[in-house]
Amino acid sequence: MHATSLAFEAQSKVALANPALQDAMGNIKTGWQANRTRAAAALPEFEALRDRGRAIKNHTLQHLDLYLEMFEEKVTAQGGHVHYARDAAEARTIVLDLCRTAEARAVTKSKSMVAEEIGINEYLEANGIERIETDLGEYIIQLRKERPSHLVGPAAHLTKDQVSDTFHEHHHTPRIEDPAALVAEARRVLRQKYFEADVGITGANFLVAETGSFVTVTNEGNAELTQGLPRTHVVITSIEKLVPTMDDAFTLLRLLARSATGQEFSSYTTLMTGPRREGDLDGPENLHIVLVDNGRTKMLGTAFQEMLRCIRCGACMNHCPVYLAAGGHAYGWVYVGPMGSVLTPQFAGIENTYTLPNASTFCGKCEEVCPVRIPLPKLMRHWREVQFERNLTPPTARWGLKVWGFFARRPALYRLGTSFAMGMLGLFGRKAGRFKQLPLAGGWTVSRDLPAPAGTTFMAAYKKSGARVR
Amino acid sequence: MSDSRTVLLDRVKRALGRTPEEDARASERVATWARESRAAFVPARGQLTPEDRIGLFIEYARAVQTEVERVSGPDAIPAVVSRYLRRQNLPQKLVMAPEPALDEADWSSQPLLRITRGTADDSDQTGLTLATAGVAETGTLLIASGSERPTLLAYLPETCIVVLATDRIVGSYEQAIQLHLDETGDLPRSLNFITGPSRTGDIAQKLELGAHGPRRLFVVLVDPEGSAPGPADRGP
Ligand code: SF4
Repeated sequence: MHATSLAFEAQSKVALANPALQDAMGNIKTGWQANRTRAAAALPEFEALRDRGRAIKNHTLQHLDLYLEMFEEKVTAQGGHVHYARDAAEARTIVLDLCRTAEARAVTKSKSMVAEEIGINEYLEANGIERIETDLGEYIIQLRKERPSHLVGPAAHLTKDQVSDTFHEHHHTPRIEDPAALVAEARRVLRQKYFEADVGITGANFLVAETGSFVTVTNEGNAELTQGLPRTHVVITSIEKLVPTMDDAFTLLRLLARSATGQEFSSYTTLMTGPRREGDLDGPENLHIVLVDNGRTKMLGTAFQEMLRCIRCGACMNHCPVYLAAGGHAYGWVYVGPMGSVLTPQFAGIENTYTLPNASTFCGKCEEVCPVRIPLPKLMRHWREVQFERNLTPPTARWGLKVWGFFARRPALYRLGTSFAMGMLGLFGRKAGRFKQLPLAGGWTVSRDLPAPAGTTFMAAYKKSGARVR
Repeated sequence: MSDSRTVLLDRVKRALGRTPEEDARASERVATWARESRAAFVPARGQLTPEDRIGLFIEYARAVQTEVERVSGPDAIPAVVSRYLRRQNLPQKLVMAPEPALDEADWSSQPLLRITRGTADDSDQTGLTLATAGVAETGTLLIASGSERPTLLAYLPETCIVVLATDRIVGSYEQAIQLHLDETGDLPRSLNFITGPSRTGDIAQKLELGAHGPRRLFVVLVDPEGSAPGPADRGP
């Protein structure tokens, strides 16, 4: 899938000037962000669980080959099939072949970010297979031909009015505004689709090596209907979703809902093991699990291995000032927010995405809330280094960095320069307390004010306070 | 396919770069891990006396819009179910899991109630099934699939009624699975953990119930005959 991440700046400018988007993004702060804080505080073991979560993922990644083999063996023993895909193209071919074997005309799909990543949606449609998203948010953006703008809430960028318009236009029904009625309408339309589908495609939140099970988590119950009604169930997932044991899966599940939406537990957590058993009255007869690499093994054994711990909870974006202002679409690809800024360059190439690791204020909030303690700011800085080494940094920034480097290596000169600049800024800005406009920084002050500095530098104030400078 | 398998596993092995001696130790570490992760990180919250577990289950279940009513003995179930349907203005009709344990209740005591047994289809408005366990930690139900407990009963109908015996309320998810394993020795195709009715926040993050699955979830808590429930736990 083509990434438009290089246009981050332009795309976020559009986003900042879009009142509907700013409205929709405001909901995240009062909703998910506040709820996470409450849910984390309500569980005394939450911080200990985070440490354990990190340890589980680290251990699994360190022994990934062994766990992959264990998982495959168990799935096969239960009558399921495991497929390996080296890259996105191979994954698409595998899934299409499975659909063809099932003679599928229509497939239902429950939200899977790996499916988005490999671009299966367009591919199935181009090959004449109707695809219906069943997660309500995904369904809304499918109608609008948009990309998800959030890991957990793909339509988090839309207001209720926009959803009203979309349904009115596509369902050919009178325009309704009541959210409950909108949900009921989607329910009615999608109900039929579940029964018409020949194949159900879902993702998986976790794969359990010791039992060959996989876990889906939803609030709507759409994953269970997607896999439970058609004859064939295809799971599109990736190799880092493995955990050793069922108990490990539950440790991470205790972190997932609380970090994502601040719920104690999502409404539906389902642990599936193999296809329909003898005597079962429902469930899929055929089970296929597609394990995608698509660049993940390149991260193993490097600084980016830590990113493979990600459980896709979305907490980092819910707490990111840049994401909350710019929205998900500005990031230009499937993964957004801080985790996207680290992952997208890996998948789409740093040369196509080098703006992303720079789209950060380095406030550190993302790392603070990440349930598996991924050092996101550090990893973004890694990309910046790669970018600088490969000469991808724009000339003005390179020049600026060089000038800064010159002074930084000469502390006396540096202090002289900064105290002069701070003195000037303080002098001119003290009255209003902030700058609405600054020469050479027009782009920065369009959508925010720069607080006027104190008129002195940190180092000077530090010395004056009597603290020892080491 | 087998080719991609080799390539992929090879990529992983190369990235991890273990020597043959380290390989042996890695297998050992994997075995140790499985032993040590067994229920090692269960929060204290649900680890209570049986009666307190029941109380905690009810509290968390109600917090996520599950309706709960506690009765004494299986014979009280049909009347409670019938009354619930009336209160919700729903027809006296339901599809019930072909679970023999549900036959302990005397359904003929409610002659108006029309009952079919099996899994649900699109026309069924109300489904009734039996929970394998209740998890006090978050007010969660566990329903293990099987020939007597079809999974769709809990997902297709707009109203889902679940019967749960109070002596099957445990502290944690792990204990709930263990309860099932102790009795059957086998993982079923599907372990369904259900915490409240279906919901979505996908329209402007406003909570709406009944997105795809049930709009209403009603749990009938059944105490073993003779042990009267505490007055505080009586349902509405
Ligand atoms: S990086 Fe951490 S916070 Fe962000 S989605 Fe992944 S697990 Fe969640």
